[in-house]
Amino acid sequence: MAKKVGMEVSVAIGEAVKLANADVVAAYPITPQTHIVEHLAELVADGELDAAYIPVESEHSAMSACLGSAAVGARTFTATAGQGLELMHEVLYVASSMRLPLVMTVANRALSSPLSVWGDHSDVMAVRDTGWIQLFTENGQEVVDNVFCAFRIAEDRKVLLPVMVHLDGFHLSHVIEPIVFPEQSAVDRFLPTNKYPLPLHPDKPVTMGDFAPPIIYSEAKWAQEVNLRASKEIILQTWQEFGKAFGRHYSPVESYKTEDAKVLLLTMGSFSETAMTVIDKLRGEGRKVGLVRFRLWRPFPFEEFRQAVRDAETLIVVDRALSFGGPGGPVCSEVKSALYDEAKKPKVVSFVAGLGGRDITPAGFETIINKGIEIAQKGSPNEFEIFGVRD
Amino acid sequence: MQNYNVYVPRLVTKKDTFVPGHRACIGCGEALAVRLACKALGQNVIIASATGCMEIVSSPLPTTSWKVPWIHTLFENAAAVASGIESGLKMLMKKGRIAEQEITVVAMAGDGGTSDIGIQALSGAMERGHNFLYLCFDNEAYMNTGIQRSSATPFGASTTTSPAGKQSIGQASWKKNMPAIAAAHNIPYVATACPSYPFDLIEKVEKGAKTPGPAYVHILSVCPTGWRCPTDLTVRMGRLAVETGIFPLYEVENGQYKLNFDFPELRPVTDYMKLQGRFRHLSEDLLVKIQQRVTADYASLKEKASDDEK
Ligand SMILES: Cc1ncc(C[n+]2csc(CCOP(=O)(O)OP(=O)(O)O)c2C)c(N)n1
Ligand code: SF4
Ligand SMILES: [Mg+2]
Repeated sequence: MAKKVGMEVSVAIGEAVKLANADVVAAYPITPQTHIVEHLAELVADGELDAAYIPVESEHSAMSACLGSAAVGARTFTATAGQGLELMHEVLYVASSMRLPLVMTVANRALSSPLSVWGDHSDVMAVRDTGWIQLFTENGQEVVDNVFCAFRIAEDRKVLLPVMVHLDGFHLSHVIEPIVFPEQSAVDRFLPTNKYPLPLHPDKPVTMGDFAPPIIYSEAKWAQEVNLRASKEIILQTWQEFGKAFGRHYSPVESYKTEDAKVLLLTMGSFSETAMTVIDKLRGEGRKVGLVRFRLWRPFPFEEFRQAVRDAETLIVVDRALSFGGPGGPVCSEVKSALYDEAKKPKVVSFVAGLGGRDITPAGFETIINKGIEIAQKGSPNEFEIFGVRD
Repeated sequence: MQNYNVYVPRLVTKKDTFVPGHRACIGCGEALAVRLACKALGQNVIIASATGCMEIVSSPLPTTSWKVPWIHTLFENAAAVASGIESGLKMLMKKGRIAEQEITVVAMAGDGGTSDIGIQALSGAMERGHNFLYLCFDNEAYMNTGIQRSSATPFGASTTTSPAGKQSIGQASWKKNMPAIAAAHNIPYVATACPSYPFDLIEKVEKGAKTPGPAYVHILSVCPTGWRCPTDLTVRMGRLAVETGIFPLYEVENGQYKLNFDFPELRPVTDYMKLQGRFRHLSEDLLVKIQQRVTADYASLKEKASDDEK
């Protein structure tokens, strides 16, 4: 029987990785991800998880060790946040370009300087183009479920790509929530043994990671792009299978009270749950507002997104990262480009808020919505609005 | 000498796993070193290579010179990739997903990938005690990118980023002692080697591969292109490096130093340096200074080795 327990979300991730039977965990501590790898170290030390735990000397080496372990066909996991994700940067490209399946949870954190251990999405946005499949989660249950899904997607023969599962640092990583854990046998049924098709092994020597002259590099990159786009089909299938097996359903773009909504708010991550309470309140007051959230960030779910916002008049995007000297919110600029050629599309307003762990309260979201509607009607001289900043 | 020709091929396997067709320069000592090391490693091996000459010359898509499983990812992480390979294999064997067998896990890199940008990953992997062999192919500069200095470039050598000039003697610092750094990690096996001494090199690589735990072999690899020396002098140049005491061949087994080739009298360093364009600008004073340093370093190495033999 599946059981429901109250647990810190970071610890729950460790439990999920245990249920997923990871073979190798290579990780380096960084707040607010540390509890994940501490718990995994504990599980290995107690013999509850039969895995090799590599306590590497940096995140660069964590991801590098993951490359090696995935290349021999071992089920591989790591976790990081903020500066750690940045230190991995060049290695992230290699993981996806060499089609190495592995799973990493990222407890999203702001970037230095000034140093901030608190949450925002600056780290994710900086690795947006690294070729990984990227999923966002909003609560502990979603993280746990998507760790199972992530392994299955990554290791699918048609995919063979690394997957990042994002959760907000502190706001999600450190909260205690009731979480349902499936039976080991159910997880085993859902998640077959990893069978990497061309592992490094003396029985069948392969050369991996060649160097590509101009005559072949573009082809290699195009193949990678085609592959990442095509992974969407498997992602959707996996979520469907997961829903069938466990009764919880996931989709690339999640909509909340969007039917007949004239105004849509768009968020990502755990703040969406706060935003929902605001939508409830405004709906109670008879206002036609709704909420959309990206669950799938890469590959970008173009059709689902366009479908979800098509009938709205105003779309207010809340980014938790800044693209310095550029259009402000990185999510909003992608949203705008996804809608640019559409005949029927909402007016898009960009807000940047919640940087470095700054909360957005329900009242804050209400202000954002009201101000967003006003800007949509009257226009604004700014590319984007920064919310809640003292002058 | 005739006997030698009959005898030698029987000692060394004819089988190559680093095969011809690669694009190393004529007279490349590093390619020779890799080839000999591969002869020693045999078939049951997985190699993680760093970026550098040997990676670039051996793997332009869609070709390969490798007949053993080989992976290249980045410049500074070969040791970390190897630790993932070793851990992954261990778990897969433990869980019965692949057959139990000896597979030597090797990380290889140049002097830059080892003593500069990759030293952290290497130190971490040695400290954690992974069962792997690290091979450093030391051609004393970043050759792949056009002869820039590394911390393994010898004092006085002119490179493209330590050029000799009116205000410059070339490389102004002394070569980093990488084998000593490896030995300071208290790993079971450290050795120096040079392809000009092929049997010694093969023996050491074999020994390193068999050693449980981390092993480190530092291989001087003559680079005619970067050292500006005749391409037919590669083997001779390696011998001179050893005979002058500039690159002594020794082992450190469980902390015990052992000098493998001792010379009652070392040749003067100029026998070696005069043949190379990278040292051509050096004044008499500087050559004397280098000679003094080499003599002193050799003496202290010899002392360590004889202390340990007692
Ligand atoms: C992070 C990073 N910095 C710089 C480079 C450029 N680079 C590639 S190989 C190389 C030098 C390699 O030198 P070494 O390790 O001594 O090997 P060699 O080519 O001399 O055999 C450099 C600087 C790189 N590939 N990656
Ligand atoms: S530059 Fe030197 S090390 Fe590189 S391939 Fe040429 S000879 Fe060999
Ligand atoms: Mg070099």
